[in-house]
Amino acid sequence: MLRSNLFMQVYLPIAEVSVNAFLLLGLGGIVGILSGMFGVGGGFLMTPLLFFIGIPPVVAVATEANQIVASSFSGVLAHFRRRTVDIKMGMVLQVGGLIGAAVGVVVFNYLKSLGQVDLLVTLCYVVFLGVVGTLMFIESLNAIFKSKRAGGALPPRRQRGWVHALPFKMRFRTSGLYISVIPPILVGVAVGILAAIMGVGGGFIMVPAMIYILGMPTKVVVGTSLFQIILVTAFTTMLHATTNYTVDIVLAVLLLVGGVVGAQIGTRIGVYLKAEQLRILLALMVMVVCAKLGLDLLLMPSELYSLGAAGGH
Amino acid sequence: MTRPLLQSLSLCLSLAVGALAPLPSHAQAAGKAGEEVVLGLSQDRVAITADFDGSEILIFGAVKRETPIPEGPSLQVIVAVSGPQSPVTVRRKAKRLGIWVNTDSVLVDSAPSFYAIATSAPFSEVISDTEDLRYRVSIARAIRSVGAAMNIQGAQDFADAVVRIREDRGLYSLRENTVAVDQQTLFRTAIEMPSDLTEGHYTARILLTRDGKVVSKFETDIDVRKVGLERFLYAMSREKPFLYGLMSLAIAIAAGWGASAAFRLLRNG
Repeated sequence: MLRSNLFMQVYLPIAEVSVNAFLLLGLGGIVGILSGMFGVGGGFLMTPLLFFIGIPPVVAVATEANQIVASSFSGVLAHFRRRTVDIKMGMVLQVGGLIGAAVGVVVFNYLKSLGQVDLLVTLCYVVFLGVVGTLMFIESLNAIFKSKRAGGALPPRRQRGWVHALPFKMRFRTSGLYISVIPPILVGVAVGILAAIMGVGGGFIMVPAMIYILGMPTKVVVGTSLFQIILVTAFTTMLHATTNYTVDIVLAVLLLVGGVVGAQIGTRIGVYLKAEQLRILLALMVMVVCAKLGLDLLLMPSELYSLGAAGGH
Repeated sequence: MTRPLLQSLSLCLSLAVGALAPLPSHAQAAGKAGEEVVLGLSQDRVAITADFDGSEILIFGAVKRETPIPEGPSLQVIVAVSGPQSPVTVRRKAKRLGIWVNTDSVLVDSAPSFYAIATSAPFSEVISDTEDLRYRVSIARAIRSVGAAMNIQGAQDFADAVVRIREDRGLYSLRENTVAVDQQTLFRTAIEMPSDLTEGHYTARILLTRDGKVVSKFETDIDVRKVGLERFLYAMSREKPFLYGLMSLAIAIAAGWGASAAFRLLRNG
């Protein structure tokens, strides 16, 4: 080396770019703090951030799946100790999740060969972040107004409708449910597809789906979601690693070191804020990321051309 | 890794000036003057380590000749370092349904991953256009897109885009007046290599010109390789992807478990 390396540049072996290690640790830390505060995986923030700092999208998506395995595993252990994981429900969601992840990777690879994968990933982000952000914002605003008027929000009512009319019923003791396995499998498929395409755990879709569609009690939702996310993202990591060779372990380690430390700090900050305040902050953050990505699609890019390796990989 | 550059420089030069240096195998005695390049490199391999942050290769040498320095226009030197050639798909965005999406694409047959030119005078003075065409020296000529689909309008725009994008990333560069030539005999220059380097066999070409004509040409290899951990991880991800995936997961799970255990200890202790 002719130059000294004071600023800790790290050459990522798979991404083939050189980035600052402290930048990655910092990003991991900040997203970790947010995920600790809000109880989300943070993948939906980390993956776009990796795009912004110049990591190729295919590497960012695959590596983020690997990082989520680490942060979810760290989280699920605490839930296992508190017995707030519905393993049976997790396994059923899992069946759907694996199908979804396989479909997602096939779609991802097909669009990569067409040169449209960046568009697909960005569109998915804009649509899902937009919808989830807006719903969460409205819901938490309502909750704040209600708590001001009535002094306390009412617990959400269990849905009793089409979900309970379907066949193949199964008893889920931990959740106290006796429902058909079809809705959980469909939810699993949807989240699996998203996990593979967007490089996210899908917690931000899974948690509302469990509460509002499956009617699971809130106390088991986060643990079960984390449990299911570990397996789906582990499977996604393996698929990306064996078909695209795009999992960058050095990138993953730097992000997860920052992430696990940040998550612990975030959990402590979260204690000082009210649930509705937290949710409204999260909703705003989600909408900001969504707006940034959406503008990139709508505004004329400064460089119209992009380079890709020939032959679709 | 820091080599005693000055030492090896002076050593090589004393060899060259003493005309005792072994005849380089690639050297072509092209011109009538019989001028040949005797070359030294500060390093003939670039190791991409985990903390790789770009590199600078010092290229220096001497012109060996049996006869006196010819009369007329003075000797000029071009140094061109090129990375491995590979085909590139260039895509262009256009507005469809209100959003910007990739629409057209052109396959550029072959473009170097890295291309740096250093010259001893302004490029147009150093080499004539016909010689440039013959030896493919300039950045635009180093890219081959003969077979590109001509049905798309402005195929040249796509080739230009390759140059523009890679120039922005510091991968392609033309630095005029950066080769120092001394007494029409000794020359030296430094080629900067950015941190975003891909591995492969790089070639360094040295062209000696007089009056825009190439009088001598010399080529040597520079090996750019990932080494150590970088090499191990990269090779493993390609050759044993399943094992690599499992290892990534194992590390992730160990880190997750470790962090959870460590913070539990901190809280309890």
